[in-house]
Order: sequence, then C-alpha cells, then structure tokens
Amino acid sequence: MISRLVDGVPRRALILLGLFLALLLVAPLLVDGYILSILILVLYFAYTGQAWNVMMGFAGQLSLGHSLYVGVAAYTAAALYVHFGIGPWAGVWLAILISVACGLFIGFLAFRFGISGVYFALLTIAFAEFTRVGFDHFDWVNGSGGFFLPVTQYSVNDPLNLRGAPVMFYYILLAITVLAFLFCRWLLTGRIGYYWLAIREEPEAAQTLGINVFRYKMIAVAISAGMTALSGVFFAFYYNNLFPEQIFSMSRSIELILGPIIGGIGSLFGPILGAVVLTVLAESVTEIMHALGYDIPGIKQVFYGLCLLVVIIYLPNGIWPPLRKRLGLGDHS
Amino acid sequence: MSAHLLTVDGISKSFRGLRAVSAASLTVPQGSIVSLIGPNGAGKTTCFNMIAGVFKPDEGSISFEGRRIDGLRPDLICHAGIGRTFQIVKPFKELTALQNVIVGALRTEPDVRVARRKAEAVLDRLGMLDKRDQPAAQLTLPERKRLEVARALATEPKLLLLDEVMAGLRPTETDQMVAVFKELNRQGVTILLIEHVMRAVMALSQQVVVLHHGQVIARGAPEEVVRDPAVLECYLGEEAEV
Repeated sequence: MISRLVDGVPRRALILLGLFLALLLVAPLLVDGYILSILILVLYFAYTGQAWNVMMGFAGQLSLGHSLYVGVAAYTAAALYVHFGIGPWAGVWLAILISVACGLFIGFLAFRFGISGVYFALLTIAFAEFTRVGFDHFDWVNGSGGFFLPVTQYSVNDPLNLRGAPVMFYYILLAITVLAFLFCRWLLTGRIGYYWLAIREEPEAAQTLGINVFRYKMIAVAISAGMTALSGVFFAFYYNNLFPEQIFSMSRSIELILGPIIGGIGSLFGPILGAVVLTVLAESVTEIMHALGYDIPGIKQVFYGLCLLVVIIYLPNGIWPPLRKRLGLGDHS
Repeated sequence: MSAHLLTVDGISKSFRGLRAVSAASLTVPQGSIVSLIGPNGAGKTTCFNMIAGVFKPDEGSISFEGRRIDGLRPDLICHAGIGRTFQIVKPFKELTALQNVIVGALRTEPDVRVARRKAEAVLDRLGMLDKRDQPAAQLTLPERKRLEVARALATEPKLLLLDEVMAGLRPTETDQMVAVFKELNRQGVTILLIEHVMRAVMALSQQVVVLHHGQVIARGAPEEVVRDPAVLECYLGEEAEV
C-alpha cells in the first residue's frame, strides 16, 4: 500500500517534495506572526483545493458550491462546542457526516436525473445559496447576526479543543494537508482513481467498461464533501466567528477553486502550488499597494481575476503541468 | 443454457415515431463470428446499443448465456461478459494508451499493478505496445480504433461487439485486424461485428445478417448472402461482382 504511493515517482520529485515539506516544517521558526497567518491561509486553500479537486479534477464534476460543505461543517462543530461543550475532534465527525449527507443528496438528485456539466454546477450554487438564506434565519446559531466562539488569551495551547496560538493551527493544518495529499495520491493510483479519470474523460465509454458511473460519482462527492468539512471545522475554530453571508457566499466557493484552477486541475500538486502562488502574490500586492499609500478595496479580487485570465490564456492546464515537465518530474504528480 | 451465446428475439426500437429497428432477430452461436451488415441507417448501431444496454428495446428480448439482459445498464452488460467498441471512438483522451486499457483490465483485476501487466499484454496482442505512453488524444484514427478494441478486450468479454472497427483502415491494416480477430476467436472469444468493409466481412464471418430499414432481410453464410437478390438490390449494388 505504501509502495503504491511512491510507485513510478522519480527520485527527484521525492527529494523536492521532501525539501518542500522540510521548509514548511521549519517555517514558523523563521517568520513573524503576519507571515505565519498567510502561511496558514496558504495551507487552508491548498487543503480545501485538494478536496475540491477530488470532485472536479478526478471525477470531472464541477462544483461551484463547496462553501456549502465548509459552512455546514463549521456551524456544526461550532454549535456543538458552544452549546454542548463537545470538542472539535469529536464534533468533526458529525460535521463530516452532515457535509457528506448534503453532498450525497445533491449528487443523488443530479446524477440520478442525468444533470451534468453546467447544470450540475448551477445546482451546487443553488444549494449553497439557499442554505445561506436558511442560516440567516437559523436562531439556534444566531442567524444573520453571526455565531461566535469564546475567545480568550491562551497561555497554553490546547490542541484537543483547537484553542491556542496560530502556530498550533499551522502545524495541525500542515499535518492535515500532508495527509490529504497522500490520501489523494493513494486514491488516484488505485482502481477508483482510474475509474474517476475514465468518467471524467468519457462517461459513456467508462460505463461500457463495467464502471458503475453513478456509484463512483457519488463516492467522489462524498469524499470531497467530507474532506471539505474538515476545513470548515478548522475555519470555525481558527477565526472564531461565522456569518452565513460570508461562509456560504458564492465568492467563497470561487476563492476555494482558484488555487486548483491556477495550479492545475486534476494534478496532485496543482492545488498546493496554486494556493501558494495566489495567496502569497495576492497578499504581496495588497502589501505593496499599502506601502505605496494606496488602500484600494477589492484589489485582491482584481488580482485574482488577472491571475485567472493569464493562466487560462497561456496555461490552460494550470501552472503545474508545464512546470513539472520542466523539472523533469514525470506525469503523475 | 442454450447453444447460442446470444439470442436476440424480435427487438424493436423507435425514436419519436421513427422505427429504427423492427422485430429484428439474430443468434450468435458460441465461438462463432457473426457480421451484421446493411446500408447506412439500417439500424445496425441501434441493435448494438440495445444489446450493450444503451437503449432498452421497446419490444422483444435479448438473452446472453440463457439469461435475459435486455434493459440492463451498460456496466452490468459488461459484467455479464459483453465488451463493445464505439463506431465513433470514445478514447479517454488525457490518459495514455496504456491507462486507457488499464481501465478495462480493472474490471476483473482490482490490483492496478496486475491490471497494468494485463493491459500491456492486450496492447501487445494488438501491436500497440510501442504507443503505450502516448496520450490517446495523440493517436491516429486507426490507432484509436485499435485502442477501442484493446480496451474492450481487457474486460475479458465472452462476446465482443465490434462497431465498424475496420473503417478508415488501409487494406493491409484491415488484413492485420482480421488476423487479430481470427486469433481471438480461436482463443474462444465470440464476435459480433458491424462492418462495411466487405473484405473483412467475407474473411471473418461464419454467418452474415443483413439489416435493411430496421428489418432482417437475409441471413446465412457470407457467400450465400452476397448472392441473395434482395441483398444485392438494397445494399451491395455495384459491389455485386465480388
């Protein structure tokens, strides 16, 4: 099982990956709080992008409503913690369960009735949108007024309750991201990965080869929604405040998928590279503009737009596929 | 279990009032090669699609190894032991030739590494091993046709449905394909093919079924069928000298 993860991966790729991981491991010792907060954001987008990529990049199902899974999971874990004192590592299971159930419900409706492509994407938007409206009026979690987790100064990190300093969040998120990377690699190199790619490429031919297309699409949605739930829980405990208007908004869904699109849909390292490039560059642009004395609201969004434009025109497969070719890393990362 | 591997009994299919196939019957004996021929629009591919589970027949029944299979989903038909190719090829374009075939091989072999070896063997059998690492999108049309066959074959079918796999091939390539199918047949694979290339039909088939306007108008040994006046009139026309 372990050997399958590294099967056919060039040594150079492993070495580079190891160096990259080592850099991420020591990074918090070298940088200040601000940079650390950006690195957390990078990991957050890398992980969530990876989760989205399972559905779109592997199985070819475009979801533009992944904020639904983030939001539902964030609210579940936060409400369990605030109302019942149930810690995040216990609450996360219910959060995952509910997210997966939402995903399976949408998937069932769509795939049973042959809704695909753009129409499927619209359906995912619709569900995220009306969940947002629902949560606006959901008094148990304070509706549109926002739901808050208690915040105090923590002298000691409490990883079991996800209460503590940013550096603790950083390492937990790093671990999750690494595990997700390995998990996706494991999926992609197995039978299920081949089946997903076949469905992505040519569903009719896939079915002719004995693949139960409906079942494998549903599995993709379930895994993607379940993984995304974890970022929702993390979001809740890291930011300590949840607003339906923000967490369920479509711009959140779009933000999540920019990383994989720019990095390279369907590749394993694409979402990570995309998250690094986008977040670091976007923050730099904001900083530079700030230093120059301009505080332009929305500059980040404009920058995202430009990045997307450039990538789509010049690198339609994302940055990673041509880059890995240049680095001589083969085709399977 | 009947002596016939596949029995198609009186199947019909209409599309918005257009009767594409009308009470067509045919049987494919175990171990044989049967050709389904007919002019364009005769309903050959519709027949295939009903056998392969794409459409459910409006009337009639289809049995495979004595079991009713009409109306089953295509993936279940595949598991029953029927592999098919598409007339308009449908390769997994972003995947390499080998990966394309691995997808098929995974039906019987869940371990990817074993499936890869199996897929290599299938590619080798079709003379495509040198193309293994090429993305399917970069293959030529004849290569893609062969890839279709390789992919279907990798699922280890008992019955192989071939939908115009010779079209667009040069005569020498056709002869190569004919040799491949003869060899496959010798190894026990039963074949039902739709074909326009008479060179291949004559060389391969033990039996020919002629479809015209959705109806079976003749059946029999290839030499008999090409002399059948009804067939000559509707279909072969100028090729009648063959």
